[in-house]
Amino acid sequence: MTDAHPVGLRIRGATKVYPGTRALEGVDFDIRMGAVNVLVGENGAGKSTLMKVIAGVETLTEGEITIDDRPVVFHSKEDAVARGIGIVFQELNLFPDLSVAENIFIGNEPTRWGIDIDRNEVIARTRKLLRRLEQDFDPRTPLGFLRIGQQQIVEIAKALGENARILILDEPTSALSASEVEVLFRIIGELKAQGVGIVYISHRLEELIRVGDYITVLRDGRVTGTRSMEGVDIPWIVRAMIGDKSKDFSKSTGHAFGEEIFRAEDICLAKMGGGLAVDHVSLSVRAGEILGLYGLMGAGRSEFLECIMARHPQSTGKFWMEGRALRERDVAGRIARGIALVPEDRKNDGLILGMAIRENLTLSSLWQSTRLFHLSLRNEAARAAEFIKRLTIKVASAENPVSSLSGGNQQKVVIGKALMTGPRVLLLDEPSRGIDIGAKAEIYRTMRDLAAQGIAIIFVTSDLEEVMALSDRIAVMADGRVTGEFGPDVPASRVIAAATPAKTRDQAA
Amino acid sequence: MTSTEASATGRAPAGRNWLLLFLEARTFVALILVLGYFSFAAPNFLSAANAVLVSKHVAINAFLAIGMTFVIIAGGIDLSVGSVVGLTGMIAGWLILYGVDPGLGWSIQFNTYEIVLIVCLFGIFVGWINGMLITRLRVAPFIATLGILYVARGAALLLSGGRTFPNLNGSAEYGSASFPAIGAGNFLGIPIMIWMLVVVALGASYLAGRTPLGRHIYATGGNERGAALSGVNVNRVKMFVYMFSGLMAALVGLIIASQLKASHPATGEFFELNAIAAAVLGGTSMSGGRGRIGGTIVGAFVIGILSDGLVMMGVSSFWQMVIKGLVIIAAVVIDQAQSRLQARVALAQEASGAGR
Repeated sequence: MTDAHPVGLRIRGATKVYPGTRALEGVDFDIRMGAVNVLVGENGAGKSTLMKVIAGVETLTEGEITIDDRPVVFHSKEDAVARGIGIVFQELNLFPDLSVAENIFIGNEPTRWGIDIDRNEVIARTRKLLRRLEQDFDPRTPLGFLRIGQQQIVEIAKALGENARILILDEPTSALSASEVEVLFRIIGELKAQGVGIVYISHRLEELIRVGDYITVLRDGRVTGTRSMEGVDIPWIVRAMIGDKSKDFSKSTGHAFGEEIFRAEDICLAKMGGGLAVDHVSLSVRAGEILGLYGLMGAGRSEFLECIMARHPQSTGKFWMEGRALRERDVAGRIARGIALVPEDRKNDGLILGMAIRENLTLSSLWQSTRLFHLSLRNEAARAAEFIKRLTIKVASAENPVSSLSGGNQQKVVIGKALMTGPRVLLLDEPSRGIDIGAKAEIYRTMRDLAAQGIAIIFVTSDLEEVMALSDRIAVMADGRVTGEFGPDVPASRVIAAATPAKTRDQAA
Repeated sequence: MTSTEASATGRAPAGRNWLLLFLEARTFVALILVLGYFSFAAPNFLSAANAVLVSKHVAINAFLAIGMTFVIIAGGIDLSVGSVVGLTGMIAGWLILYGVDPGLGWSIQFNTYEIVLIVCLFGIFVGWINGMLITRLRVAPFIATLGILYVARGAALLLSGGRTFPNLNGSAEYGSASFPAIGAGNFLGIPIMIWMLVVVALGASYLAGRTPLGRHIYATGGNERGAALSGVNVNRVKMFVYMFSGLMAALVGLIIASQLKASHPATGEFFELNAIAAAVLGGTSMSGGRGRIGGTIVGAFVIGILSDGLVMMGVSSFWQMVIKGLVIIAAVVIDQAQSRLQARVALAQEASGAGR
């Protein structure tokens, strides 16, 4: 099999150091041509860093890349493109108001005498590319009219339009429907036959086993397993992904839970372009309990939390808080009922970056320092100082802009803001994303402490190890539905199986 | 003035925090510089009579600039204020001359207080329309208020067929004889309109710094999504700032109609641009989330003193425009330098603070 698939790109001893962390540590990785090279690992394992290195977005601290046994150095994305490397990021980088053809040739337009764009040439070449990908839509269609799956195919066409010999697909199926996944897999098969080397990154393990030829597993910046796909099963992948060594999770304090404090019944939320993002979700949580909400990206977990916070007025279903229906229709009303959310996207949703640390902390709970309409700045500053101390946020001055803090401390400010409202139910969306290991451990400890104080916690995560270690109970979501609820001692493979969307599960069976 | 400040920015990092202090107080420094220069160069500039005159000119712009500052801090823009000044002035003139005619052969006449109240409510109403367009119909603030700019100006012209309402002396019989006092009267030797400005400025300053609503205005402009997720009622905040801006425009419309004892439909053209200039000069960030009422007032004074001083020196109005433009650009350039420096100082502080 090895002879059938020559190595097109070889990485040896790749090490990438960011200030404070080592994202990659001596990674060896081969991309074999005419085959699907699967790369798998948890969030923060180093997959995306490795892909950025291959695509020329980042440069290695140590180690070398060779193409056809000649060492190469990519200084920019253009260098990588010139070497025939194309990448389709999970977040599509397309222009919805331009046509398909214009999107494919953006920045790379064929011109007549270097003056104007040769439209006919653009259209003709786009037609050829689309035919190669078995698509029959008109190159002149505005991109925004296409479904997400078709847009993804346009991204692939764009990479092929630059004569990519190596194609990196980062979570290509996360937004696709079952039939679109089929089309994508057929395209992958054809590209393989044409000798293109494909790197395939996904969290959907069944899918990987189905489509992959070789697999490499990353954990904490190191390769923990690499082999041909023959004989690989899910337990092997999970073992390689998680390992036996555990991160620093605080142990449960073993306190008793209180009464059921919060319940959601039949929550539904329609998705753009049909279907349900949240599909009849019913959940409940007791005081002092930590409920882990596990699932893949796009499973509808964040949307569910947003429904709880009344961010989606068009959602249906009922919430109960301490036995009374939750009818408040705005965020402030829900906060007043004792619910607080720590959003996933710290910079865009969690913080007002230009405002001071103090102002960010107290933003949700200004009423506590307000008499009638007068805001007592002294009382506000005292409350901010108290929470800075309680959460051990490292700040030189509470008056500095929050943007001057490190990621971990910023996250603590967001958590502090939520806690200052005095919540009895705390919703945390990916609380440990994008922060270093030390800060993670502190966040975990804080969550334990809060639970011990009787606060009910619902936290969303894509980190299997985290959900297994931290939760008193685990609920798994896939395709907007709750697909399983487990106690704390459930085997990891069952959680993963429940998180796999039905469409790929059926196909794998 | 601009050159001194520009060379100051280029100075070496030796006294970095002093430099930051200097940059933060730049509008004040500019004010002192313009004041100093004109008292030296323009004869009679420092006389009490002239001070009152200049203050009156400044006040007109300052009212609008205060309203504009809130709108800009909340992440929007209000281009309609100049036209609303014209329209509310016309309405005040109409009420004094004709009252309201319900079509029954007699008319309702109003006294001064009622006229002020009605005109102010009307200004708030225009702001309410701006706010509804922006929050409910999701029209971009620039476009919504641009549309209202034309509508209000057109309405002002339609009210009188383009003519001026003259002789707005009011009548003692109806209790509106005191109308001219709004813009021309004095209290304790200082014009009433200046007292009004003091009250409005102090009130706005208090609102911005010491009330939850003020904090919400900053949060809305700083990061709308984040503010909404923190429980800030973003739509209500936006409604407030546009309605407040409308109120300010109505006040100015009343003051000008009262001062001139006439209302002309073209009054207030380009006032919105002067208001924006004062806000920006005072350190308000056009991208929202940052600005101070005090800064805006100082900014309005810099612009006002600059133009009056130049007039007194006999500089042609063409050159005045050029100079005003250059000052505004210089202000924004320095503002950028300041925020970069500020971020660097804060980062350095946090870096050393975290090491402790």
